[in-house]
Amino acid sequence: MAEVTLRKVVKRYDEVEAVRGIDLDIPDHEFVVLVGPSGCGKSTTLRMIAGLEDISDGEIMIGGDVVNDVPPKDRDIAMVFQNYALYPHMTVAENMSFGLRLKHYPKAEIKQRVTEAARMLDITDLIDRKPKQLSGGQRQRVAMGRAIVRNPKVFLFDEPLSNLDAKLRVQMRIEIKKVHQKVRTTTVYVTHDQVEAMTLADRVVVMNHGRIEQIGPPNELYHRPATKFVAGFIGSPAMNFIPCQLEESGGLLQVRVSEAAAFPIPAERVARYRGIPRDTKLLLGLRPEHLVDAQSNQSAAFQPFDATPDVIEPMGMETFVYFPLAGVQLCGRINPGIEAQAGAPLRLAVDLNHMHLLNEATGAVL
Amino acid sequence: MVDAAQSMTQPIRARTTRSGLRKFFERKSTIAFFMALPLMLLITIMVIYPAFYSLHLATLNKSMQRFVGFGNFTFLFKRETFWMVVQQSCFFAITAVIFKALIGFVVAHLVHNLPDKGQRKWRGMLLVPWVIPPAMSTLAWLWLFDPSYSAFNWILAQVGIGPIPWTGDASWARFSVILVNIWAGAPFFLIMYLAALKSVPEQLYEAAAIDGANWWQRIWYVTLPMMRNIIAITTLFSLIVTFANFDIVRILTAGGPLDKTHLFATWAFRIGIEGNDIPLGASISLFMVPILAIAAIFILRDINKRGNEA
Repeated sequence: MAEVTLRKVVKRYDEVEAVRGIDLDIPDHEFVVLVGPSGCGKSTTLRMIAGLEDISDGEIMIGGDVVNDVPPKDRDIAMVFQNYALYPHMTVAENMSFGLRLKHYPKAEIKQRVTEAARMLDITDLIDRKPKQLSGGQRQRVAMGRAIVRNPKVFLFDEPLSNLDAKLRVQMRIEIKKVHQKVRTTTVYVTHDQVEAMTLADRVVVMNHGRIEQIGPPNELYHRPATKFVAGFIGSPAMNFIPCQLEESGGLLQVRVSEAAAFPIPAERVARYRGIPRDTKLLLGLRPEHLVDAQSNQSAAFQPFDATPDVIEPMGMETFVYFPLAGVQLCGRINPGIEAQAGAPLRLAVDLNHMHLLNEATGAVL
Repeated sequence: MVDAAQSMTQPIRARTTRSGLRKFFERKSTIAFFMALPLMLLITIMVIYPAFYSLHLATLNKSMQRFVGFGNFTFLFKRETFWMVVQQSCFFAITAVIFKALIGFVVAHLVHNLPDKGQRKWRGMLLVPWVIPPAMSTLAWLWLFDPSYSAFNWILAQVGIGPIPWTGDASWARFSVILVNIWAGAPFFLIMYLAALKSVPEQLYEAAAIDGANWWQRIWYVTLPMMRNIIAITTLFSLIVTFANFDIVRILTAGGPLDKTHLFATWAFRIGIEGNDIPLGASISLFMVPILAIAAIFILRDINKRGNEA
């Protein structure tokens, strides 16, 4: 096991810069998830750590050693691929033991390690089957088994759950977390699914356009995003952004979203926002759970307003309502007990204690 | 009353038979049969009928007047030339196929690793020997092999070697026909292997690289097993075609010198057509069937079992 360090790592394909000088320190045992939209450079970064892509500039260190020019086989890493990449002509046991056999491990040790990993992943019964006789979830387990038996310094996962159906994905997610809790190997996990990132990671690295937008524990990213991109990417349904302006009325600082609607900023936030020039174009960031029904949220913290939802999405434990306000479509989360109807007016309330103010031009959270 | 009822059911029955017939014609298997029918007819006319006809011919005497049973075969068994042709055919086919396969494999790898831009050009150029009609290209080889005026011997003479009797000496003649066959046949292996190589998912190589496999181990543990079926089928197909080769030998050496380069097809032609003993010629050509059948069984043995493992 080892720490992984990236120093100003750059990847260029001809003219295009896919990764633009990223710095990342991953301590031993940590589970780090690289998350971002397609083409943000997360997979390229992972493949550079694996040694499957050359590094155009910068340094990658595994366990303190610079590995820029070390071939994948000598980096002591194991990787789980999106499409599993199991050898179709080998049985499960042969697939799992392939790396050990190449390194001429004693037969008894290979057998013991394979048996151990198979037991951990609950695939003992499948050990003599070929990959085509396995379901997607089982193949994924075998791919993980192949990584585990090697006992590498670092695990690398490249969107391992993307090929599974939604239910299996949740199940395998838990499985991966369990395995990491047992073996505690440093893990770098790439996904475009922010739910996977939030649920698995010790720390999440949000990437966009080849750069790191923000690094932090899942909750920090959720509650204190640094940029509009992170605020919008993390969380589902996504955060609402409403164009707004700050104004002072009767000594009270308030945020005006439309001619008709303005909400007073909570006392504890006033100091933070007072210095912002009044003519700055701003966005008010609000998560759906802070746009709620007024009926069940009547405390002073909530500012009521009226809206007419055009779509209602009952989810069982919560109901999402979509409504227009100040020219944008917003999503709120209401108590499922409330009878809401599309097209019928609904009294909603906003909790500004959890508001975010963003600079529209720079995307920075203020 | 009963009659009336019967007359009423009749059109219904007629309708059901008609719709039954329609169903029969709409069935996928029926359509498939009719689609394949022209080819089946063609095969029947061009392959099955001649095969049985040559079986029939092989049982007749030279003047094709009298039934001699296995007479032609027992006669052949006693002739030394026959056994020489058996050996030569096997040697020719096996050597040529091995080299075609090896060269095809190596060149396929080289082409596969070329950048995409240049790859098409190379693929096209490398296919040329296979695309040119062998009768024509062999004529060119014949000039190259000419003992006095050929390019080969001229080049060799420049470095003080030669002249080599390319088609005049038994060993050199065998070498020459095999060389030309390899030249003409290797592109087939190249194109088949190239297709097989392209179908191996890149991630398998990446997984193998991470698992610690070096270049050679990746070929041995990933490429070859993934290509096994293609290799088997290509080898079998090439073995059949090479074993039954006619044009190259016919043009280059016509079986000579002293029958030392005859294959089944060329010897059957010499005896049957040129020697005017059609039944004996038919008997010779029939000997290819059992030999190739045994080869086919060995080569295709595992294909069904392996199936498509991917």
